[in-house]
Amino acid sequence: MSEMVHPEDNKRFSRFNIVAGAIVVMGLILTVLRFTKGLGPVSNLSDYNPWGIWIGFDLLVGVALAAGGYVTSAAVYLFGMKRYHAAVRPAILTGFLGYALVVLALHYDVGRPWRLPYPFIVQPGTTSLLFEVGACVALYLTVLFIEFSPAPMEWLGLKKARAIVVKLTILLTIFGVVLSTLHQSSLGALFLIAPSKLHPLWYSSYLPVYFFITSVIAGLSMVIFESTLSHQYFAHKMDAEHLAEKDTLPLGFGKAAAFVLAGYFMIKVVGIAADNNWHYLATGYGAWFLVELLGFVALPAFLYAVGVREKNVRLIRWTAGLTVLGVVVNRFNVSMVAFNYHLPAADRYFPSWMEIGISVFIVTIGIIAYRFIVTRMPILYAHPDYDAH
Amino acid sequence: MSISRRKFLGWMSAAGTGALLPKHLGAATTVDFSGYPDSMGVLHDIVRCIGCRRCEAACNAVNELPAPAEPFDDLKVLERKRRSSAGVYTVVNRYGAPPTADSAPLSGASPAYVKKQCNHCLEPACASACFVKAFTKTPEGAVIYDAKVCVGCRYCMIACPFEIPAYEYDNPLTPEVTKCTMCHPRIVEGLLPGCVEACPTEALIYGKREDLLAMARRRIGKHPDQYVEHIYGEREMGGTNWLYLAGEPFENLGLRTDLGTTSAPKLTSGALGAVPIVVGLWPVLLTGVYAMNKRKEKLAAEAQAAAVAAAESAAAQTLTEAKEKAAADQKAALEKLKGEHEKAVAEAVEKAVSDALAEAAAKADSPADAADGDGDATPDGETGAAPDVKPTSDEEDA
Repeated sequence: MSEMVHPEDNKRFSRFNIVAGAIVVMGLILTVLRFTKGLGPVSNLSDYNPWGIWIGFDLLVGVALAAGGYVTSAAVYLFGMKRYHAAVRPAILTGFLGYALVVLALHYDVGRPWRLPYPFIVQPGTTSLLFEVGACVALYLTVLFIEFSPAPMEWLGLKKARAIVVKLTILLTIFGVVLSTLHQSSLGALFLIAPSKLHPLWYSSYLPVYFFITSVIAGLSMVIFESTLSHQYFAHKMDAEHLAEKDTLPLGFGKAAAFVLAGYFMIKVVGIAADNNWHYLATGYGAWFLVELLGFVALPAFLYAVGVREKNVRLIRWTAGLTVLGVVVNRFNVSMVAFNYHLPAADRYFPSWMEIGISVFIVTIGIIAYRFIVTRMPILYAHPDYDAH
Repeated sequence: MSISRRKFLGWMSAAGTGALLPKHLGAATTVDFSGYPDSMGVLHDIVRCIGCRRCEAACNAVNELPAPAEPFDDLKVLERKRRSSAGVYTVVNRYGAPPTADSAPLSGASPAYVKKQCNHCLEPACASACFVKAFTKTPEGAVIYDAKVCVGCRYCMIACPFEIPAYEYDNPLTPEVTKCTMCHPRIVEGLLPGCVEACPTEALIYGKREDLLAMARRRIGKHPDQYVEHIYGEREMGGTNWLYLAGEPFENLGLRTDLGTTSAPKLTSGALGAVPIVVGLWPVLLTGVYAMNKRKEKLAAEAQAAAVAAAESAAAQTLTEAKEKAAADQKAALEKLKGEHEKAVAEAVEKAVSDALAEAAAKADSPADAADGDGDATPDGETGAAPDVKPTSDEEDA
């Protein structure tokens, strides 16, 4: 099955190959520019704006959207929702690829990427939230790699090694949830140190909690979103269990997402009340804050609930897209739109096309890797030689 | 592999906890750090500054920084607001209209000049934020930077409330963060910071922070008409070693007064303190959830097994009863059939006998018809016997 090439593959992906190939070529050229000329010539980063979309999108959004791995594995292995078992492998794969790409993107952003291990081997700065983020991301990437490893092991026929890893499933899942709780929240906590730079509507001592809860929302929605795409493009790779999940998964995950979004809406309101920030709602930033809160939190919560109640899977799929977009908007707001709100327009940040180019390049690498793996390894189907674990 | 699951768990949690736990959670306590005793600082009396930029030139010279685009005696740069940047540790900005020929110095109508550089916080945000400890707060008061370990993440620049650290964005291989060092190398040699030494109007005074604060208070007390009653840096962000006196509110001079008095480490200590709590509690909680679900599944499986067993035994009993009933029915039916059979045989025999008797009687009357009468009688006998045979085959089937 893994060697089989679907007759439509060639036709359907020839266009994909051309576009992806062009993006990769552009990305490689930009990579050479970045490492020969420095950050200045390729980016709009400045002394006022040291973090741009490589942090705002590649790190913050990347990590949030890769939360499907821990959310799904916890739901299935710890919370006993075994009926979604088939969703675990694709979610772990996207989580692993997501984190790997986050680390890749950081190599472009930091000034001396070859020193990235320094905080762990030379001089740990344990008072820094960034140290916590770095330590957890490094450990969690390892956990995801081990969690993902049974698929390539089945592909390569490494039965003994696979048996060992499968025995570790529960331990790895718990470790993954602990690490994810820590670094998802710490990404929000990074901004706690700059209350004078982040707009009061977004700055809150609850930032770590907000980031953690939105990672659950992002994880649930991304699993629905990815399953939609997989059922469209890789249905011929799926076995009966995966095909059967086409409608039950959106209904189950959509229901969970509706509840978590409703809870998140409540704690966001609590945040405004706790800091008495009501008067900011009448300002321009307040209007944008309300767009985020009503359009990307309250609305998807409602739409998910309607979709689940009426068993409208199509609506749930669109809502998942809206919710994912909402998480992107939130991370952009915290790291860029509402950050440095006090500066005059001339000192504000907008990404250069080359920064966007690198980000698109990295996402493209992720899609190519995902496609390479699901067309070869037992991700969307159970390997006939092994029991599902 | 002979590693038990328990052993592996032990290693992993030890590795995780060890790496994540800060060495001490001092920042999360109620203890206030009010700076190293006898640490040195600089008092910038904005009222005395004339905007000559000699401090900028001296800074450039003593720190061997690259030559600027515009020479230091060019005062046109004061037309725009500047900030520290790569290779520029300090800048002087002008606030207010440029002086005219007839405006006397210190008349109030003259503009204010504010020198901007690292304020050398008592508890620096940059040092708290750095994940390789590239920044050090020295006992002498300066906050210094070690480029040898810097990864270049620029979180220090995000964290600094005064927007001081700058980055060498155009250096592809060895970019560094650059910022004022309070001339720490000169201080340990017993020299004055470059800018202080070069200031012609004593708008910059170097001394012990405590002495500078006392001096500043004296100046405000002596000339309440010239100074606002605020020593900037005494309490801002937990206090700084660089202090400012001004003749007008600091928010008009590019020095933010909405920073608060909480030091940077205190802003993140709560989030850091949550780390060991999560590491300690989450595994317990999640293992509990797992165990509960496992138990639920086990109980469900047991209940299912019991239900299946009960259903099976009930079914078996029903089956036995049905079998018995079927057997009884069969027996009854057989007996009934047997009776009917015997009856039918008796009837048939009786009929045959009577027929035979009648035939014999008829034969006696007309012997010529005897053959025909015999032919009619045989089929009659067969039709009567046929239903009697059938139950026998039914019995075999059952």
